[in-house]
Amino acid sequence: MNGSVVFGDSAAAVTVRNLRVGFGSAEPVVRGVSFAVAPGECLAIVGESGSGKSVTARSLLGLAGTNARVSADRLELGGQSVLGLAGRAWQARRGKDVGLVLQDALVSLDPLRPIGREIADSLRLHTTLGAAGRARRVLELLDAVGLPEPELQVRKLSGQLSGGERQRALIAAAIALNPPLLIADEPTTALDVTVQAQILALLEQITGAGTAVLLISHDLAVVSRVAHRVAVMYDGQLVETGRTPEVLGSPQQEQTRRMVAAIPGDKPRGTRLSPSDGPDTPSGLTATGDSRAEVSPESTVVLEAIGLSKSFRRQDGTRQLAVDDVSFALHRGSTLGIVGESGSGKTTTARLLLALLAPDHGEVRVFGEPWSTTSEKTRRGLRASVGAIYQDALGSFDPRWSVAEILTDALHLRHERGAPHTTARLTSLLDEVGLAPTVLPRRPLELSGGQRQRVGIARALAGRPEILICDEPVSSLDVTVQAQVLDLLDDVQRERGLSLIFISHDLGVVQHVSDHIAIMRDGRIVEMGPAERVFAAPQHPYSAQLLAAVPRLRA
Amino acid sequence: MAEPVAAAGHPGPGPDLPDQGTVSALARRPAALGIFARVFPRLAARLAGAVFVLWMVATITFFAVRLIPGDPAQAVLGGPGSQASPEALAAVSAQYGFDQPVIVQYFAQLGRLATGDLGRSYALNMDVGPLVLSQLGGTLLLAVLALALAWLLALALATWSTRGGKVAARVGSSLEIVAAALPHFWLATSLIVVFSIGLGVLPPISTGDVAGLVLPVLTLAVPLAGFLGQIMRESLLVALESPFVLSARARGESERGVRWVHALRHASLPAISLSGWAFGSLISGAVVVETIFARPGLGRTLLNAVTLRDVPVVIGVVMIVAVAYISMTLLTDAASRLVDPRLRLT
Repeated sequence: MNGSVVFGDSAAAVTVRNLRVGFGSAEPVVRGVSFAVAPGECLAIVGESGSGKSVTARSLLGLAGTNARVSADRLELGGQSVLGLAGRAWQARRGKDVGLVLQDALVSLDPLRPIGREIADSLRLHTTLGAAGRARRVLELLDAVGLPEPELQVRKLSGQLSGGERQRALIAAAIALNPPLLIADEPTTALDVTVQAQILALLEQITGAGTAVLLISHDLAVVSRVAHRVAVMYDGQLVETGRTPEVLGSPQQEQTRRMVAAIPGDKPRGTRLSPSDGPDTPSGLTATGDSRAEVSPESTVVLEAIGLSKSFRRQDGTRQLAVDDVSFALHRGSTLGIVGESGSGKTTTARLLLALLAPDHGEVRVFGEPWSTTSEKTRRGLRASVGAIYQDALGSFDPRWSVAEILTDALHLRHERGAPHTTARLTSLLDEVGLAPTVLPRRPLELSGGQRQRVGIARALAGRPEILICDEPVSSLDVTVQAQVLDLLDDVQRERGLSLIFISHDLGVVQHVSDHIAIMRDGRIVEMGPAERVFAAPQHPYSAQLLAAVPRLRA
Repeated sequence: MAEPVAAAGHPGPGPDLPDQGTVSALARRPAALGIFARVFPRLAARLAGAVFVLWMVATITFFAVRLIPGDPAQAVLGGPGSQASPEALAAVSAQYGFDQPVIVQYFAQLGRLATGDLGRSYALNMDVGPLVLSQLGGTLLLAVLALALAWLLALALATWSTRGGKVAARVGSSLEIVAAALPHFWLATSLIVVFSIGLGVLPPISTGDVAGLVLPVLTLAVPLAGFLGQIMRESLLVALESPFVLSARARGESERGVRWVHALRHASLPAISLSGWAFGSLISGAVVVETIFARPGLGRTLLNAVTLRDVPVVIGVVMIVAVAYISMTLLTDAASRLVDPRLRLT
């Protein structure tokens, strides 16, 4: 599928033909990849984790790893072959001919050095500029990437900057010498949507200035905003390459179609996102339309937050209001989506709802009974009816326990381990979340991300809850796995008549799963209402801004 | 049609810049007052903590020495072997207050310590303060040199063994484990056998010059180097794998640059924090080393004082060691803040 790539184009910033990369004696993880990027063009390589996209990107810098075996028919930067370069010869090209921007600048910039020093590094290594000249250029660069007051920023550490600011600083470091090729590996993955939109605009601006940009991403929607061409990577190969609107609008290959279909976005509530014949789909469930009970104002309220407030002491002694006068009601059988950017108080709200934190003011009531105000002893009886699913499934399990132990514990059957009725309960629980009994002896580390989250859901379901509080349940999953987990949550909700609180930073996901939605900012709910209404006609300016910043497929 | 606020257009200041207000507020505050206001509470807390530690040390030592069997008056009158008359013993008991209840003696002792009076040695008939101070220099010199040498050895071992190559890594980690496991007395004797008796190049007992320092310092430094090296290698490997090192390499940084500009700084942080503790262990190691090499110092003074049940000297030595240990902890704290600017932010 490389017909659209013109080879032998000496003007290309990077030309790759038949690139193969393997580690040790294992099967190659990149198997015959070919592409070229012209100056002023943005090519996006899109694929899920493990598809080989990052290894491809790093091979272009000679940084695939010490035990990597890299071979290619052609591997050229700016028309010059870099095949077989080593040591100093490679060092001389990195930073000058190609720049790299990684995910999350908090760890991609040295946390012990001021950002000014980090940005000046390429200048120190590749130019004869003196200290004063370098300092001047650093200020120009910070200005160019849109960091206000550069003189103040240069002395700051990456930890003192906000996510967007430090990503800009990282980009400034990568473009310090104006390299003809900029590789951006998941440059916006750790960012909030509004900040992501700004960083994408900056990348667009850099492309517009004539730099060739190779964008690596797992997110088709992000890519559709800035990439001229898209290459879909699957299992070490580019399965489909072409102009962005064409690839996303009429995907030719199975893998591409699956990825496009998995994007929740504005697909109506109840639409399945994953193919129902997939290997992971729970058996015995049919994908019919939305058969959920209609939410009427009279229907029972199962969970209620009344004027919740919670503040934390900051390091300098002042108090920060994390949750500020939050009230809502969750009706039986419905889903309330809570969206907001990082620091908006979503997770604190979840912890208050689970009564893991006591509110400073206000109250949480479950089935109309006191919940946050009562003692833990009284709560314990009700705890089983309020389940929780977390983002980091791996971190929420004891790594030494097998799946069987995790679920037996959740079923309160530890004294009856191995008994036939216990095994039967485990098997039926696993069946409900679409897992085979073969995972029972395995430990969390031996499971894939999707399987782990399924075990997390099974654990939450073990106590036969009526309410599920899901805190970013799909945020660490690949989009097709995310689609399967969202479908699964949808299925169990319908089967068991569950009421869900669904917390996420991802508006697309929330829009897909929620009946009602609450938008949080700085600890407050700025807007709440039926999902369709909020998404169609947001009332609050912040909601409008948030919605506008969401990357959508622009096919 | 309204333009979305931050969706497109200039990457100007957006909602990701919440701290602009704080920055200008900080800038307006007078710098000197700011530093004072930030440093003073921390310093006061540190001092209070140090006083508390010294009090605990004095208390524990006071009661611990009481567990040594024998009459303290006997110790004053020349130790267990002396044939002191009951009258003499009674007179000494009255003079030193041994006939008072323990709690009274305890508070009397605390009162003297609070005024800086370490009392008089029972056995040596001289003031404890000058005695202990005269011995402090030798031990401090030994400990500081050993700490410095341990750092050098650990750094060399850690950088060499992470150069790549499985052999170096395995050899490095084996050396560290063996070194860390060596007991001081065994190492000291072996060094004497090889370098003094076998090769005859270094003196087996302390001579007061540089040559006499080599073996004692080596004895203390090698086990500590193994220990520090393990920690440094571990954190060096973590740092070398981190994304910021990948970023640095992508800017064209050389292997040497990656290590000296980035990774070693990260790798030294845990070792710095442990150096305060290591200093304490060096001083306790000095008891063995000073005895074996017949070197004057706090360690030997302490050992002799315990044998003679010379309570004021024991307490004096322990108090001085506690002060040195606390100072060293403060120093490592300051060093950490120097290397890790993040600590200076709060």
